[in-house]
Amino acid sequence: MHSNSSLLTPPKVAQRPAAGRHGRAAQQDPLWVRCLLIGAALTVIGVLILIPVVNVFYQALADGFGAYWKNLFEDAGTRNSVLLTLVVAPVAVAMNIVFGLAAAWAISRFRFPGRTVLTALVDLPFSVSPVVAGLVLVLIFGLTGYFGPWLRAHDIKILFATPGFILATAFVTVPFVARELIPVMEALGPEEEIAAVSLGANAWQVFWRVTLPNIKWGLLYGVILCNARAMGEFGAVYVVSGHGGTETMPLRVEKLFQESKNSGSFAVASVLTLLALVTLVVKVVLERKTRGDLIEAASLAGDKS
Amino acid sequence: MSISVKNISKRFGNFQALDNVSLQVPAGSLLALLGPSGSGKTTLLRIIAGLEGADNGSVLYEDEDVTAASARDRNVGFVFQHYALFRHMSVFENIAFGLRVRKEKRGAVDSRVRELLHLVRLEGLERRYPSQLSGGQRQRVALARALAIRPKVLLLDEPFGALDAKVRQELRAWLRSLHDEIHVTSLFVTHDQDEAFEVADTVVVMNQGRVEQAGSPQEVFDHPANPFVMDFLGNVNMFTGRVQNGRATLGSWVVDYPEYPHAEPRDATLYFRPHELDIELRRNGVPAMAATVDRINSAGPIAKIALTADGFERGLNVELSKQRCDELGLKTGDRVFVSPRKTRVFMPDYVI
Repeated sequence: MHSNSSLLTPPKVAQRPAAGRHGRAAQQDPLWVRCLLIGAALTVIGVLILIPVVNVFYQALADGFGAYWKNLFEDAGTRNSVLLTLVVAPVAVAMNIVFGLAAAWAISRFRFPGRTVLTALVDLPFSVSPVVAGLVLVLIFGLTGYFGPWLRAHDIKILFATPGFILATAFVTVPFVARELIPVMEALGPEEEIAAVSLGANAWQVFWRVTLPNIKWGLLYGVILCNARAMGEFGAVYVVSGHGGTETMPLRVEKLFQESKNSGSFAVASVLTLLALVTLVVKVVLERKTRGDLIEAASLAGDKS
Repeated sequence: MSISVKNISKRFGNFQALDNVSLQVPAGSLLALLGPSGSGKTTLLRIIAGLEGADNGSVLYEDEDVTAASARDRNVGFVFQHYALFRHMSVFENIAFGLRVRKEKRGAVDSRVRELLHLVRLEGLERRYPSQLSGGQRQRVALARALAIRPKVLLLDEPFGALDAKVRQELRAWLRSLHDEIHVTSLFVTHDQDEAFEVADTVVVMNQGRVEQAGSPQEVFDHPANPFVMDFLGNVNMFTGRVQNGRATLGSWVVDYPEYPHAEPRDATLYFRPHELDIELRRNGVPAMAATVDRINSAGPIAKIALTADGFERGLNVELSKQRCDELGLKTGDRVFVSPRKTRVFMPDYVI
């Protein structure tokens, strides 16, 4: 036992005079390098992120709080854009929760032909320009598109209407939920689900009682990111909007800005920015919770006592 | 309830996990599937549970063919190797899970869970979560959870594999007494022969997807059916000797081997367990092999002595009681005479 414990304790470092105040010199860069790096990082963050964000609020409130309030709540166009966003984003997020859960379940629990292709396709919207995504929808549902004539004959409006906004937004935000859930579900493994089945649970009970509680933080994390992107999406939605009267909030920001209504434009922009800040805080909290779950999963699956 | 496994085969890609395995588990017995890793024992257990499908063959519970039934409908209690406890549920909810999904009444669930907490001696810990339990406690929660649904069969996959030696020892004895108390037909998988022998009524030795031998621990240990079983169950000394005219010879040792009565001499493998060899300081009439003592390890109740027999390169291991070893007063380098009390002879590819 004695020889064992001496193997485990690190050898004592010889006491040298230099091991005092300057002992860590080998692991630490000189002061001026540290200052330069930290300074550069802070400058970039300040110039590219902090100042623009503060400026959004500064511009929005330039004409006073009364004008800000009026811009937000008494302008019919702005109000409609907020309402439309509040319809489009939740529906798109809901679609992606269903898709994300199904895709993550399939990819993490089964080995099937086309699994790698599916995994790659989930990521596609990240690499495709949103404008192209919008154009694809126009090509499919537009008047000259594949389903255009049929839709017109049955008087169903997709493009330039809410369904078009939802489809465009859902396409662009596909990766968020699935991407977040796949690694979480792979790390958690199927053991608890198999145990639940052996105890007599049906698929529905397994999902609600075992799987969902285990992935809830990861799912929520994906939903928060998905929602932020859904509310902020511009490119794809811009294409399917047909530049008519219907607008989501980002489109409204752009339109007011083009019309030189700066304070109105920045008022809407400030709401989107606020949403981003809230998202950021929630994201940090959820990241910790997800990581905690995974560490616990690892310790329950592998440790010896 | 008895279990019959009939001609089960299972392949994973190119790997033949199970090769035409048949097995009988009498009602109320406690059976160990013993074998090295990759022998197919866990696959067989999972097929019996319905967690894995077989390519061929059938599984019967009593007289009912359950081969096509899902794990959900088989009413089997399964204890997983790493327990697979529901991490977000308390101990109480873990044990109650099987009852809750069966929509049992709240009062019935409560009393059943209390009963099991008492049975597995975890009263007072019902509010804890799996991450707050020790390995042995998790093991007992997993067992209670599996027993809560009053299973017809209890299946355990390496139940003590993830525990340290001392806890493992305690739980073995406890599992044995638990089985004597509740009498549910049980199968467990293990690669540890001591565990199988100590806990089980019947031991089934598996290797490369086949059953090598099945029997009581005593039978299997005393009458191993083939070299694999002999080798797998504890230490052996193995030598190549000759068989002829109903006798096997190795140097000056001769034993009866009526299974081979022919005059034509053949090679055979002779096995001696270390505790079935004796050491004498001088020849006393018994056929004995001269040997030199290389090393003596007498820590513990058994003295382990390593020797080299004259004329053989392979070393010889002998186990004597500490008392006997002291009587002989052995030292490294001593010349001694070794004689077998029991020999097992196996001939390669010889069918009687």
